[in-house]
Amino acid sequence: MNKILMSGNNIIAEAAIRAGCRFYAGYPITPQNELTEYMAEHMRNVPGGVFIQSESEIAAIHMIIGASATGTRVMTSSSSPGISLKQEGISSMAACELPGVIVNIMRGGPGLGNIRPAQGDYFQATRGGGHGDYRTIVYGPATCQELADLTMDAFDLADKYRTPVMILADGMMGQMMEPVIFKKPKPRKYSEKFMLKGAGAGKSKFIRGLILDAIEMEEHNWKLERKYKIIVDNETLHEEHRTDDAEFVIVAYGTAARIAKGAIKRLRDNGMKVGLFRPITLWPFPELKLRALSGKVKNFLVFEMSTGQMLEDVRLTLQGYANIEFHGRPGGVVPTPAELANVIARHYDKKD
Amino acid sequence: MAKKVFGRPKSLKEAIYHYCPGCGHSIVHRLVAEVIDELDIRGITIGVPPAGCAVLAYNYFDVDMIEAQHGRGPATATGIKRSLPDRIVFSYQGDGDLAAIGIAESFHAANRGENITVIFINNAVYGMTGGQMAPTTMLEQKTTTTPAGRNRTLDGYPVKVCELFSQLRGTTYIERCTVNSPASVNKTKKAIKKAFQCQIDGKGFSLIEILSPCPTNWKLNAIDSCKWIDEVMSKEFPLGVFKDNLAPVKKTGEADPC
Ligand SMILES: Cc1ncc(C[n+]2csc(CCOP(=O)(O)OP(=O)(O)O)c2C)c(N)n1
Ligand code: SF4
Repeated sequence: MNKILMSGNNIIAEAAIRAGCRFYAGYPITPQNELTEYMAEHMRNVPGGVFIQSESEIAAIHMIIGASATGTRVMTSSSSPGISLKQEGISSMAACELPGVIVNIMRGGPGLGNIRPAQGDYFQATRGGGHGDYRTIVYGPATCQELADLTMDAFDLADKYRTPVMILADGMMGQMMEPVIFKKPKPRKYSEKFMLKGAGAGKSKFIRGLILDAIEMEEHNWKLERKYKIIVDNETLHEEHRTDDAEFVIVAYGTAARIAKGAIKRLRDNGMKVGLFRPITLWPFPELKLRALSGKVKNFLVFEMSTGQMLEDVRLTLQGYANIEFHGRPGGVVPTPAELANVIARHYDKKD
Repeated sequence: MAKKVFGRPKSLKEAIYHYCPGCGHSIVHRLVAEVIDELDIRGITIGVPPAGCAVLAYNYFDVDMIEAQHGRGPATATGIKRSLPDRIVFSYQGDGDLAAIGIAESFHAANRGENITVIFINNAVYGMTGGQMAPTTMLEQKTTTTPAGRNRTLDGYPVKVCELFSQLRGTTYIERCTVNSPASVNKTKKAIKKAFQCQIDGKGFSLIEILSPCPTNWKLNAIDSCKWIDEVMSKEFPLGVFKDNLAPVKKTGEADPC
């Protein structure tokens, strides 16, 4: 298979089409416009492909809800402020058990913020984001190859668990170009019984999020919760980089993890044994794997392009097991590996 | 042997409506179901109920349905119709749903000329949440959030959906009717049938607005509610066809049939 040089936003779009996505709706917002434009250009050449530039992010998510209900593979994408608007629909998809993929190419916030890469939407993504008791599976890719692979996997997981899956990247990942190989998509497994196609001569079906009876609603909540437990048990992904002999470990995801790798190289060149623990699924968070690592490493530093959000998950995992430091650059600042290396060198000297 | 002249439409389930006595929703549900039966499209129809008093419409209509979030029906219907262009898709919405929170979704679905049908219940209030002001509330009308009556300076004016939407080049058939008398019910049924036929023929966006009694929140009995539609509501919201691009276009040089 040939490697193709493409930018992150285009890779996500191409991977989605190859994975059988046949309905995309989106509203322009920087830094993810190339994704929407790629879909506009390419969906029309795919048999059965639908592209809609919607009137808002709200409309886009509700369009993919309709299409998903018919059994079509669906995607929408946006950046931070637009993802806030989609939350109503994401909560609905979770409630109605509709599969779909939502891409967030994060930018600086809160508010309108700016269009620089940032990681301030971790809480929103991993805590559900919208209202109600639900979870969203969240991938945090760190390379273009992962954008390609995880986008395809996102569709499979969405179908498998009938739930929305989010790809959480940032403006840097969206714009970055790297050569990628598109893997062969798996054949789709999604039962007709979940699709609304008209009742034919048979019984009619309905899909709804409204459950007025509290006991029934509670049962639905527990049913979803049981599903989320299975996801936690089976779907966590992470990468460990140079942790074999590490005495100090950085915990970072996405673009921050790339910067961390650069910092680790410098630190290692100076004899400091530093490694990286990189969650790939942000929800479910690879808690058990991280705690296992604390069996041999006692010094951790969480590095995020935010004021410290994943930090809370790391604290929940490691509090009482290891020392946890933090370095963050919110607001669209992308620190250099040299900056991070300096920060770590300071902590490295003080480590237990 | 007795001949059956009236019965439950096939497209309505054997369920008892939760609607208040005298409510227009019940009548319109029946009309939509009758039209679906008569056009023989039950098996290919997908309906989208709203948040509003009709939120439980999926318990009544015996067709496939997906309930939309408040106001998002036309976006959800767009997703369904574009994925399955040969199915018949309708969105059923109240005035708060369509003309307040969902005005963007309905306006743009109309403007894109989505080949869907919108059944729009205008009862001049938010029924489900207890009778608050709707975008279609009359000037001076008292509601729970306009206790002194709707004030033009503070609350703006009743939104005229048919008048607005008929200006959009994307729309094909738009009519306003009511269900406050046997004659108007028959007329509304014809309008609904025309709207569904418009979709079946692939002609584009159709919307039927129905001035619909809400005796509970109007604080009137059923009969006075029907009168109020004649005497007050239809003065602000005149009945009639606002857009009909279904009428065969006359070719140039063709003589008028006389
Ligand atoms: C996002 C959101 N906001 C508010 C509500 C509460 N709500 C439910 S129905 C409704 C208004 C219903 O009025 P209308 O659309 O006119 O329909 P009717 O009940 O009169 O038939 C409101 C405000 C909601 N369900 N969702
Ligand atoms: S509150 Fe009004 S709209 Fe709702 S069911 Fe009762 S009469 Fe009908």
